[in-house]
Parts: sequence; C-alpha cells; structure tokens
Amino acid sequence: MANPAPKSISYANTDLFDRRPLFFDGTLKRNQLNLLLTGIAALFASIAVLPLFLVLGHVLVKGGSLFSWALLTELPPAPGLSGGGIGNAIFGTIVVTLIATLIAVPIGVGGGVFLCEYSRNGWFAQFVRFGNDVLAGVPSIIAGIFIYGLVVATKVFFDQSYSALAGGIALSVLMLPTVIKTTDEGLRLVPQELRWGAYGVGASKFVTVMRITLPAAFTPISTGIVLAVARAAGETAPLIFTALFSPYWPDGLFSPIASMSVLIYNFAIMPYEYQNALAWAASFVLVVMILGANLLSRWITRMAKT
Amino acid sequence: MPTDPSLASPEDVFTLRRRPPSEKLLDTGFRQLTLALASAVAFVLIGIFLTVFVEAREAIAQFGLTFLTTSDWDPGNETFGAWVAIYGTLVSSLLALVIAVPLGVGTAIFITEDIIPVQVRETIGLMVELLAALPSVVLGLWAIFVLEPAIRPVLNLLHHLLGWTPFFSTVPQGPGMAPAILILVVMVMPIITSISRDALNQVPIELRQGAYGVGTTRWGAIFSVILPAAVSAIVGGVMLSLGRAMGETMAVTMIIGNSLNFSLSLLAPGNTIASLLANQFGEADGIQISALMYAALILMILTFVVNVAAQWIVKRLSLRY
Repeated sequence: MANPAPKSISYANTDLFDRRPLFFDGTLKRNQLNLLLTGIAALFASIAVLPLFLVLGHVLVKGGSLFSWALLTELPPAPGLSGGGIGNAIFGTIVVTLIATLIAVPIGVGGGVFLCEYSRNGWFAQFVRFGNDVLAGVPSIIAGIFIYGLVVATKVFFDQSYSALAGGIALSVLMLPTVIKTTDEGLRLVPQELRWGAYGVGASKFVTVMRITLPAAFTPISTGIVLAVARAAGETAPLIFTALFSPYWPDGLFSPIASMSVLIYNFAIMPYEYQNALAWAASFVLVVMILGANLLSRWITRMAKT
Repeated sequence: MPTDPSLASPEDVFTLRRRPPSEKLLDTGFRQLTLALASAVAFVLIGIFLTVFVEAREAIAQFGLTFLTTSDWDPGNETFGAWVAIYGTLVSSLLALVIAVPLGVGTAIFITEDIIPVQVRETIGLMVELLAALPSVVLGLWAIFVLEPAIRPVLNLLHHLLGWTPFFSTVPQGPGMAPAILILVVMVMPIITSISRDALNQVPIELRQGAYGVGTTRWGAIFSVILPAAVSAIVGGVMLSLGRAMGETMAVTMIIGNSLNFSLSLLAPGNTIASLLANQFGEADGIQISALMYAALILMILTFVVNVAAQWIVKRLSLRY
C-alpha cells in the first residue's frame, strides 16, 4: 500500500506506524487470483464427492427397490428367468470373508506384535515391513491366480479344485498386509511407560504383550481389522478363479461357493434384465454391509476417544 | 513407613522368585511364534513371485521378449503377444492419473487449508473415504449402466470434433478405453486425496505462519511453502495410486470392452493385463495359461517397480524442516 509520507513527523504524537485499519482490496490481481484458485479447489472438491452420491443414489434406487425377504433368502433364478433372490451369495460372502478373517487376523496380529514388540528396528523387521508394503501393492487379481496355482490347480484339498476355502485363502492374502500394518502402528502408539510398568512388577514379555500392550492398542487394531474385512468382502478378482460361483446353497467348504461380488460381475454382463436387477440388488446389500462396517470402525474410534 | 521389626535383613523382605522353566519356555515360544507369523509375509510374497514365474516359464521360453511387443493374441493358433494389454494398462492408468491428480490434490488442499468450516471439511473427508470403500465391482456395474450411457454424447462430440486425430478416430459404441479411464479416476482419486490430506496436515504450522507473516496470500503460501513441504509424500501417494490403477481389475474389465485388437483410439474398446487375466484365465489351458502367467508376471513387475519407487520417494525426497 503506497502510503504518502507525512510532511513532518510529529514526535509529540509518536505515530510511527500506519494506523489506518487493514482493508481487503478485492480488485488487486493477487486477491482475484486467490479467489479464482479457491473457486477451482471448491469445484474439484465437489467433483470429488459427486461420484459417491451418484453411485449410492443409483444403488439405493435400483437395488433398494428389489429389496425383500425373498431377495435375502432365495436362490438366484436360472439365466433368463425371474424371481428368486441372492440368499446363497449373501451367505457365501459371509463364509468366505469369515475364513479369510480367521486366517489373516491371527497371522497379521502375531506378525505385527513381532515387528513392534520384539524387533522394532532389526534388519528382519525392516525387511518384513518392506515386504508388507509390497504385498499391499500386489494387484488383487494376482493374489487370485497365486492361490489358483497353489491350491486350485494342485487340488490339495481332498482332490477338490475350486472351493470356498481357496477363496478365503485368496482373500486372506489381501487382508494380511492391512492387519499387520495396523497392528504394528497401533502398538507403537502404546506409551513405553506401560511396558516398563509391567516389567517393573515382574511380568514376563508374553504377559506384558497379552495383558498390557495388546489391550491398550485394541482400538486401532480392531478399526484396522474391520476396515480390512470390509474391503475383503467387496473383492471380486481373487474369487473368480478360486471360489468360483455356484447357483446353489453351499455344499461344504471344499466346493465352489457363491459370493455377492462374483454374482454382481456375472449378472451385470448377462443380457437379461432380471439378472441385471439382481446385480443391483446384490450391490445394494453389499454396499450397505461395507459402508456399515466403515461407519462401525469410525464409531469404535470415537467411542474410544470419549 | 514404619519398618516391621520382625523382618531383620533384606533377604527376608525380598525373596527372589526364580522364573519356572515353563514360563521361560512360554516366553521364548511366543517370540518364535510371532517371528514365524511375521515371516509369513515374506513367504507369501516369495510364493507369489515363484508361482507366477514357474507357471510362466514355458511361455517365456517360447515367446521371449517379443511377447512384450507383438499384439497377436490368438489361443487357437497358440500365438500370444501382450502388447495390447500392456499398452492398455499403461495408457489407462497414466491418463487416469492425469485427471485424478489435480482433482485429488485440489480437494486435499480445499479440506486442509482453513477455507471452510471444520465440520464441512470433515464431512467431505468422510465422503471421500467412503468412496474409496465402495467395491470395484459395484463401480463397474455403475459404469456399465449409468456412466457409459451418460457420457456417450460427450464422447460422440469428441469424435465429431477431434475425429481427425488417431486418439478419437473411432465411433464410440459402448464399452471402451474412455469410460474405463473415468472409472479409474473415481477409484484412485480418493487414494490421492487422503494421502495428500495427511501430507498437508503434517506440514508444520510454523511454516504456514511464517508464510502468512511475511504477507503472502493464501495460494502464495500453498504454492511456494506448503505444497513444496508436502511434495514427497504427495508424489509417493500418486505413485501408490498408479500401482493401484495398473492392477485394478473388476471395474475396468466390465467397461473396457476386452478387445484383443490394437487401437490408438481412446473411444475404441481396449484391454489391460488385469482384465485379460480376469477374462481368459477361467477358460484357459496349456500354453495359454502359461502366457497369461507371463502377462501376470509383467503386471507384477510393473506394480513392484512403481511401489518401490513410491517408498523410495517418500524416504529420500522428504524435506527436512
């Protein structure tokens, strides 16, 4: 601001500074540029949230309209026919995700305990952390063909090729990095004083981990696990060559099993209208489950804070 | 504290308790168990590489490096070249990033700098994270039935105006590279947003105060102080999302058209390595499986390089304040 220099400085009234109030000059080039860029950022932010509303809106309208008790309990119809539901796919998704959780959570939490409690900066821990980040970046379809090569093609489980168990193992490969990482990072947040206190009263390392540090890190670990389960429940690529699909109720863990994600994929590309409608209905159920799990994890965090 | 007179010497006060062997065994056993569980990561990773490599050996021996550059994928004649899929993977993921990076970083700036009230910022952040949680198969379904019909007029217009360039030379007819790129944008933008948001939040408040203190405008501070301070983490996040985009399977497979013919046009159907695998792996046998494994190996190497580069960038290029 060009301030006309006072002709004579009156030292009696010592006013060395410009005391005029600060003002905002909207015509300045920098202020206009500022406004323009803020507008662009606001536009980008609205574009960023737009897909969520569009996708959720379509899923709610197209999928929710078909929602009924029969949808949740009946078998899908043969191609081209209508009626029936996605009961076996809902059940199958739960079964496969449960298998994956039962495999990935013990391994992941155990591995995370090793990384944080036993070997924080050792070369092996660094290597495992690096490998974990690489594994997190492995495309999900690769996890599928890995389990195909390892379990399905070799028919290790009672000479069965495609099976619910194979699908669960494939999903657990995808869950493992998340569980390890959240356990490792959750345990790091536990104050060192808690461990010293436990050692001070004579607890062994095992007791300290089991009774003190793991319970203290319960919130971040459980949040991470819930998010990993939600992500696994929506995965399709690892299941299409492992769990395959089945139009019937599951026939044990060693045979192909339906899942909602594979049902959406199969029915979306069918030329029949009712099958497409079922794909939307399955999307509705799946999205409600997954967003519910996400909101649950937030709720866990918020509960722990208060 | 009054001392108990009946206890004369320290030996009476403190009795040394020796840990029973069972307790020691439990302790070391637990350590070994967690060590074994941590090694599982290494085993799985090596197992994936080995399985894919071993299954791909036959195709590697037969086709060699010409597999990467030829575009003839014909299971009937048992000739395989993955150029169409490799080209599609690179083009779709890079173009998706070109759109998603400004959107994601812009959104992150909007919700970290003090532009709007905290509640609104947190709501936008929550919505972006929920978008990231949507399963890709649902996005694929949406892309087939909603997105693609909706953008068809725009693509037609592009073809009309820019049809003389090779990139828009074909008439859009349903599935193709362009809608696949858009759905990839929807999938990677939330990742870029949340990583950039974390990075911007970690820029020390003193840097901002310093910038504003010398009288810069908001965007002056963002461009010359805040973004440079966060750039390594943002670039790392962008690389991570590039890896995601290259490996993304379901949504892309459902909307890209899975064509085996090479076309420069973005409006024509294309293919990616991941969608090639998703489409053909189920019905393949013999040398075709091996060729698909070879393609999977290429995809793995691509994502591996990108992910390691991302980690390296975050570690090495971070500014020290």
